[in-house]
Amino acid sequence: MARMTPEINAGSMADIAFLLLIFFLVTTTMDVDTGINRMLPPPIDPNAPEPPPVRERNVFVVLVDAQDRLLVEGEPGNINTLRERAKEFLLNEDRAPNLPDFEERNIELLGDVEVSRGVISLQNDRGTSYEMYIAVQNELAAAVREIRDDVSQQYFGRNFRDLRDEDQVQAIRQKVPMAISEAEPKDVGG
Amino acid sequence: MSRFRKEGGKKTPKINTASLPDIIFMLLFFFMVTTVMRETTLYVRTALPSATEIEQLERRSLVSFIYIGEPIQSHIFGTEPRIQLYDSFASVEDIASFIEAERQATAEAERPLMTTSLRVDRDAQMGIVTDVKQELRMVNALRVNYSTMRGEVAGMR
Repeated sequence: MARMTPEINAGSMADIAFLLLIFFLVTTTMDVDTGINRMLPPPIDPNAPEPPPVRERNVFVVLVDAQDRLLVEGEPGNINTLRERAKEFLLNEDRAPNLPDFEERNIELLGDVEVSRGVISLQNDRGTSYEMYIAVQNELAAAVREIRDDVSQQYFGRNFRDLRDEDQVQAIRQKVPMAISEAEPKDVGG
Repeated sequence: MSRFRKEGGKKTPKINTASLPDIIFMLLFFFMVTTVMRETTLYVRTALPSATEIEQLERRSLVSFIYIGEPIQSHIFGTEPRIQLYDSFASVEDIASFIEAERQATAEAERPLMTTSLRVDRDAQMGIVTDVKQELRMVNALRVNYSTMRGEVAGMR
């Protein structure tokens, strides 16, 4: 009679696996890194000629002072209405003379369209809290994103975030640029 | 009558646990693959603010982290927000060499895709952040990501 190899007792295998599992459960940090993406302006070349001045109607000044108070276009503002104000400025649906003008451009996939020349200028004080700064950045980004969604729905029938075709994404980006400029630092006080 | 009833059918059958290790191993592998081990020990407190318009950071290998916040051991280092690069406190002047080192460690073709992630405490003030931003502009590291959590922003109703 052939000798039977004794069966290995696998009963404790589960315990060992459990032990490892618990170790990884504890050490795991499930945080995916998320955040607001921004491009900083390139450094200023001291020898470069002065850029042509931007017309006053094309600039939307948002100022946050050291007490986290908002000053929108020279008037006290509110974070709750900032998104609507920014959208109103960038869209300028009534073609008001004090809001930004438009530039005719030919964009692939969209044809001849009008692109707003408006730029949002975000200025802050050294004493502004980071939380407030992010809140303002977020609202301004939301304004641009909502306009992009509208345009995207109009042309391609889906939201900007759901566009899969890189050409379509680029087209919308050109039609609605992320025109938020972080100004040169200065002390606005307050 | 009850022809099919076995004798002793009242006894509950033993559950076969032979596949239990397999199931546990499957879970184990899932967690092993998704786990991201922290490479740096944080010396500053970075309670991130929250925002809604956020994007995910892709390609972690192309991301350099700058931490700004109040030192955790505030009884030694004070409560003034400090900058942390890699595993130690740093000053604003160190950022240029930090970015340069990160660039050297990256393949040349991928350098334009490098992003700097600013993990800043929500109670920090913009002064130190502005200094860091100016320094990043000087060395042409223009792609930044203000690290935030998902959630409603502060001050909104």
